[in-house]
Amino acid sequence: MAQILIVDDSASMRNMVATTLKSAGHQVTDAPDGQAGLNKAKSSKFDVIVTDLNMPIMNGIDLVRNLRALANYKYTPILLLTTESSMDKKSEGKAAGATGWLVKPFNPDKLLATVARVIG
Amino acid sequence: MSIDMEQFHEVFFEESLEGLDVMEQALLIIGQSNDPEVINTIFRAAHSIKGGSGTFGFGDVANFTHVLETLLDEARDGKRELNEECIELLLRSCDCLRGMFTALQAKETPNLYQSIELIAAFERILGATDKTVNTVQADAVTQTSQAGSGPMLSQNSKNDANTSSGTDNKVTKHWQIKFVPEPQILLAGNEPLRLFRELAALGDLATSADISEVPNFADLTVDECFIRWDLELSNSSASKEDILEVFDWVIDECTLDIQLVGDNTSTQDNAMTSEPFEVPSVDIENMLTTNTEEPEQQFAGADKKAAPEIRAPRSDKNTHPSSSSSIRVGIDKVDSLINLVGELVITQSMLSELGNNFDMTKLERLFHGLEQLLQNTKELQESVMRIRMLPISFAFNRFPRMVRDVAIQIDKKVELVILGENTELDKTVMEKITDPLVHLVRNAIDHGIETPEERIRKGKPEQGCIRLDAHHQGGNVVIEVSDDGKGLNTLIIRNKAIEKGLIDSNEQLSDNEIYDLLFQPGFSTAAQVSDISGRGVGMDVVKRNIKSLGGRIVVQSKVDVGTTIKVHLPLTLAILDGQLVRVGQQVFIIPLITIVESLQVKPELVNRVSGDMVMYRLREDNVPIIYLYKEFDISADNTDIDNALLVVVESDGQKIGLLVDDLLAQQQVVIKSLESNYKRIEGISGATILGDGSVSMILDIPGLITASCRRSNVKRQFKVA
Repeated sequence: MAQILIVDDSASMRNMVATTLKSAGHQVTDAPDGQAGLNKAKSSKFDVIVTDLNMPIMNGIDLVRNLRALANYKYTPILLLTTESSMDKKSEGKAAGATGWLVKPFNPDKLLATVARVIG
Repeated sequence: MSIDMEQFHEVFFEESLEGLDVMEQALLIIGQSNDPEVINTIFRAAHSIKGGSGTFGFGDVANFTHVLETLLDEARDGKRELNEECIELLLRSCDCLRGMFTALQAKETPNLYQSIELIAAFERILGATDKTVNTVQADAVTQTSQAGSGPMLSQNSKNDANTSSGTDNKVTKHWQIKFVPEPQILLAGNEPLRLFRELAALGDLATSADISEVPNFADLTVDECFIRWDLELSNSSASKEDILEVFDWVIDECTLDIQLVGDNTSTQDNAMTSEPFEVPSVDIENMLTTNTEEPEQQFAGADKKAAPEIRAPRSDKNTHPSSSSSIRVGIDKVDSLINLVGELVITQSMLSELGNNFDMTKLERLFHGLEQLLQNTKELQESVMRIRMLPISFAFNRFPRMVRDVAIQIDKKVELVILGENTELDKTVMEKITDPLVHLVRNAIDHGIETPEERIRKGKPEQGCIRLDAHHQGGNVVIEVSDDGKGLNTLIIRNKAIEKGLIDSNEQLSDNEIYDLLFQPGFSTAAQVSDISGRGVGMDVVKRNIKSLGGRIVVQSKVDVGTTIKVHLPLTLAILDGQLVRVGQQVFIIPLITIVESLQVKPELVNRVSGDMVMYRLREDNVPIIYLYKEFDISADNTDIDNALLVVVESDGQKIGLLVDDLLAQQQVVIKSLESNYKRIEGISGATILGDGSVSMILDIPGLITASCRRSNVKRQFKVA
């Protein structure tokens, strides 16, 4: 089971993702924005990071960029939570070093399947 | 997987409604602000609502916010300026979404007329600059052929259909995939092994790695990938789309060649898909776009059917959800509560330990412990009470929007000034005062503020001003709604009242009595009944509502200067810091905040102006003295002014001295309304129950001051006469 960090400014989304992941036995930590997420990532080690794109203080793209600059997170799977309308955000996210994405709306099964995909 | 999504709904609704408030506030200032954070805030709110509503299964909301988001995205990227029309539409969208959420919260199906209408309006705007958007909405077929990859898309959907129906026929396809990753593929955490594992789930997979490109060990960079793969996927029912999905995340970082080499399904299908296929990323984008645009096509269709006349009932109820039973409390308030409970537990354990083997030597510690318990209880009570108190900004926040809308509607220019929005008010009082305030503000704009032309003619600034001011005054919260408009014309009101038969034509009325007529049922002076106010059913309801809260209304007005309506509201649940004073056998409470000083009367400073009126010289001020025993008709120990105790209090800049027998303790008291338990008494603002169980009256200092002023004026008038 993996240690997962979920970063999203929406409490309901964090709640949903966290509850779903916990139900599959993962350990979940959450953060409401990119900066808070980065701080949490620095203070402990996560196996997967799931982040929203549009957040106050630090957005998801900057978070990915900052994480990839850390030795600990060079190859860690980072999944972006995106909406289908943000295609250019996806490529921007890829360029920043994101592993892949989860397109909103998604359901709990899809989320677990995608996470399972990256932890293998 | 059985996760009950409903458990997240309530949080989502609250968060979305909050997001809408934030969005609305940002929309109201976006015209005056160049700060990019403002548009980002608006975008983020719409974006979060869209993402959440999709995930939690509210498709109608998601579809609607998708259109909003498209427009906002363009604005954010600087491709579009948000003009008045857009802002107006966006504000209406906030209302519409609020209505939808309120319906969803009540587990009802939201009414879609308004959202359909708004979507159509947004699409018109979007279509004006970007024709394709309209085409996409209107006609899926045109869209696919325009995109140039139309055949592929339709073929893909056919493929999908085949696969689903084909599972019965045992479809076995054989795919050859050439996968050449770019060296940096590993850097984003994408492991080719993972991809192969996923492919293997689609059928029988045979892999062979081509390591010819791998450099010598000395030149090898561990981060880079130089292996290429030839993959054979056989016995598979997977479509090309399924395979592409596996490679979705790495499509930009590899060369991928997928070929169908064997297929036992329909030949037609085979012919179309067997061509070698280099995957351009554009195709995927189009696929995704088509998928997601579908719901909107349905919407566009529904839109055509919906007659343009159909409007959602514009009710104010839509804009604020029915009073929810929950209360949002600042985390600091909860923390302080937890802290206090912690301290209480410590005190309790200390006392119980003390009680286990108590002897007289520990008496002092017992007293100390009891003292601490008292302190804890007091703080805890205060803290709990504070939880119910909310800053009045909760009620005021809606006004910027409302003032803007109303002003636009009737072509007036109005600026809104809000003061004292941090004044705290009990939640129940706040909920009940909001509607009356809305009415007063609407009236002020509609009846008070003049048209810009009229204002210019009068030499006033073109833009009128509405002021909302909340502050504490004694035990009351006073909310003032004032305008700098034309003021109340007593003559017109009088004539109107005579015409309506409310008063006799020869009745003599003071200005205040005339203003009071405004609050009579069935009274309206507006020459023409407008949409906003003037149906004559409002002001009487306003007064009734405020009265039911134990409050009162005071009107002040001056022709061409403006009107101020003061709403005095009791803090029924508030705690008051009080000074206990004794007069004879009675204990009264003076709100500590009003007390200037307490002193022993020096006979030489007492000044008998005339008859009963006694003044006391306090430095530069002459302070009228009020004998509390006379005021409340009770007996006192000391009726002689000389050497008596005087408590000097102040309200509205006016000081008076209260003659008392004794100063007792200072303590916090819980105000109980006298109105709801008995009736309103001049000079008393409420009552409380003291520690010994006796009832004590809380003095209404402003009330006493006005009463004393009135008496002295009356007397003066009599003398003149």
